[in-house]
Amino acid sequence: MLELRHRGGCPSPGGAVTPPLREGEAAGGDHETESTSDKETDIDDRYGDLDARGDSDVPEMPLSSDRTPEILKKALSGLSSRWKNWWIRGILTLTMISLFFLIIYMGSFMLMLLVLGIQVKCFHEIITIGYRVYHSYDLPWFRTLSWYFLLCVNYFFYGETVADYFATFVQREEQLQFLIRYHRFISFALYLAGFCMFVLSLVKKHYRLQFYMFAWTHVTLLITVTQSHLVIQNLFEGMIWFLVPISSVICNDITAYLFGFFFGRTPLIKLSPKKTWEGFIGGFFSTVIFGFIAAYVLSKYQYFVCPVEYRSDVNSFVTECEPSELFQLQSYSLPPFLKAVLRRETVSMYPFQIHSIALSTFASLIGPFGGFFASGFKRAFKIKDFANTIPGHGGIMDRFDCQYLMATFVHVYITSFIRGPNPSKVLQQLLVLQPEQQLNIYKTLKTHLIEKGILQPTLKV
Amino acid sequence: MTELRQRSFREDAPPEDKELESEAKIDGETASDSESRADPVPPPTSVDDTPEVLNRALSNLSSRWKNWWVRGILTLAMIAFFFIIIYLGPMVLMMIVMCVQIKCFHEIITIGYNVYHSYDLPWFRTLSWYFLLCVNYFFYGETVTDYFFTLVQREEPLRILSKYHRFISFTLYLTGFCMFVLSLVKKHYRLQFYMFGWTHVTLLIVVTQSHLVIHNLFEGMIWFIVPISCVICNDIMAYMFGFFFGRTPLIKLSPKKTWEGFIGGFFATVVFGLLLSYVMSGYRCFVCPVEYNNDTNSFTVDCEPSDLFRLQEYNIPGVIQSVVGWKTVRMYPFQIHSIALSTFASLIGPFGGFFASGFKRAFKIKDFANTIPGHGGIMDRFDCQYLMATFVNVYIASFIRGPNPSKLIQQFLTLRPDQQLHIFNTLKSHLTDKGILTSALEDE
Repeated sequence: MLELRHRGGCPSPGGAVTPPLREGEAAGGDHETESTSDKETDIDDRYGDLDARGDSDVPEMPLSSDRTPEILKKALSGLSSRWKNWWIRGILTLTMISLFFLIIYMGSFMLMLLVLGIQVKCFHEIITIGYRVYHSYDLPWFRTLSWYFLLCVNYFFYGETVADYFATFVQREEQLQFLIRYHRFISFALYLAGFCMFVLSLVKKHYRLQFYMFAWTHVTLLITVTQSHLVIQNLFEGMIWFLVPISSVICNDITAYLFGFFFGRTPLIKLSPKKTWEGFIGGFFSTVIFGFIAAYVLSKYQYFVCPVEYRSDVNSFVTECEPSELFQLQSYSLPPFLKAVLRRETVSMYPFQIHSIALSTFASLIGPFGGFFASGFKRAFKIKDFANTIPGHGGIMDRFDCQYLMATFVHVYITSFIRGPNPSKVLQQLLVLQPEQQLNIYKTLKTHLIEKGILQPTLKV
Repeated sequence: MTELRQRSFREDAPPEDKELESEAKIDGETASDSESRADPVPPPTSVDDTPEVLNRALSNLSSRWKNWWVRGILTLAMIAFFFIIIYLGPMVLMMIVMCVQIKCFHEIITIGYNVYHSYDLPWFRTLSWYFLLCVNYFFYGETVTDYFFTLVQREEPLRILSKYHRFISFTLYLTGFCMFVLSLVKKHYRLQFYMFGWTHVTLLIVVTQSHLVIHNLFEGMIWFIVPISCVICNDIMAYMFGFFFGRTPLIKLSPKKTWEGFIGGFFATVVFGLLLSYVMSGYRCFVCPVEYNNDTNSFTVDCEPSDLFRLQEYNIPGVIQSVVGWKTVRMYPFQIHSIALSTFASLIGPFGGFFASGFKRAFKIKDFANTIPGHGGIMDRFDCQYLMATFVNVYIASFIRGPNPSKLIQQFLTLRPDQQLHIFNTLKSHLTDKGILTSALEDE
């Protein structure tokens, strides 16, 4: 993401290798025997070659079409090409950051919609790359099936996660109760319908292509949809768990670029030649400090710190609560060597800031691997950018490739170290049990709570 | 799976050369990529694995009948093997499922290697097996934590492993991911990404399904045996019906399948499922959930059979009354569920077979491997089973049992006091509303 992109495309060697079409012969081939005939072999092989063709198979799609708005172009027309590029990137960066702040201000519901929108766009970008690589625009059904699978998987995940948070809302409506109770079965039936449609849509000459697109779709779903749902779950935990990781990754990008620009000397990895060790290490330290400070600033506000809840009376999301211990100032005694430096005995910080160090460390050390993965992917399929949505930056995927690993890490971190199981989910499952089981559990819980002194034994009236 | 496989194997030599040529142009590099040029011929998959004794015994029969006999004998051998394993108990069954999973994974990955000529890719075999290990570790940890809860709580190292299980699994996976990124070699990017994608899709198919099978097994061995037997029965019955009555082709993808076989197999499987579940529901060892007994340190299947497995009287609807001449019939409720399972096995299960057929045609292979003489690889036998395992698991989760009460109590106990109080009060008001909790009970 940080490489200065050269605007010239790669030259393509020679002409495309197109074996002569032998469709006439293949038509009579296959209905007698089970074994594969040579004629069908040849036709399928045309697509088999697609795996391994050279540059010629990627058509010269106008990825480098200039989508910069006219006003910017006029304003920057005087500068040289290199500075112009730099300015465009800078302006777009600032635009994206302000858009981000605006959405945060508008609240968690808008953020959820934004995450969903980004997920759909990322899915679309990656699938489009698959179409181009395999020339599979004309495959019957396939676009419909890809979007259908996206819908199914989203439905499944939304039912599993988001429905828990809307428990009070769901309790009221009978149909929703039914949908929740049999949610897995319904999702599975929907997915099966798509699977059967895929099998029925297999066309004789295009088997391999269709299987490739099927696998491509599934891997893309695995990457984009699961991660975006983890992001939303982090969001419900508290907006700070959404903001600090994302800001850490963005900060790491920007500071690693700046450090590399000013001090860069030793290359980091062959995959991305523009990255340097100086940028990497400088970015690491500045991201940790940035995360520390951002955590301090954000921990003060209930708006960021409280879990997002859906209140049925006001029919909206509220973030009001008693902040947990993580977000209450505590005094920490400094270790001796820091005492001498800062000349203080103790310092009061939020415990969350210590967690933020872990998050920032991950963002700086492992996050870039997501970027390298995406770079390798782009080189493998000989594309310059995932798409051309954002002028100067490329597609949405280009911006979000490092974020994905981060979202999973934050989710795993929260479930392992911060909170236990989700209370609303426990409640949801309790309400689904059989009455006798519920009664048994009720008695067990009552005994437990009285023992612990949380519940006072009621007096008879 | 029921098509007669012809043993003639055509050498795909001419198309292979084309693939070799064009693969040398990977990533726009010139043909200095000698590694993909000097590829070995893909391992032959039609080597005759039939044991010598069978070969001699059947040497005078014609080739077609010999094939039929080999398949028949191997089928009986596999079914006998299945019975032995069931007899040996759940632990052995779990290990067999694990081995089948590893073999299927190996078969599919080997096909990937053959397709992409990627034997020489650095690191890749290690990474594939490493990812298999990671995903298995993750799933086994989740399963073990649930079912072996008391055992895990006793041992300190196990307790820590189970508490931070997700984090540890994620770290292991990340290590593999980073190794993959570091192993990307300039001329082989696309190949490496393909193998990465191939490995992940295979893991998704093979490992998740095998763990669902093990979950079903823990629910009670009957939930493992009846679905698998229904799929096998459907295969055999559809083949028989097709052999004797087959006329109308079913689907272009598998020309040997016929509508007569499909429908005949459906009815035969439903009847078979009803009979089999009637027989099995009588025995505790099949019906009871598998539990781990701390004292004896082994698996036990001993319990009070649930309502599903107790004989009940059902009134026969009027139309059948006149035919059968009975007013009521005694059946197990489980038999009604078995109708649903058999229906799925006959109607949707074959789609798994069509998918595997399409896959084999797409990659121009005759069989997944050559492990079982006359039948092909392990994947060839199990391709229909995978959809079945998922269906049974979803079915059980949706219609049979709810969430596990003891697990819920464990989760409850880890919550904060104010959350516990909130849940308790909500439960209390819910129970009072429904009339389950009366003031008399409250005072106990």
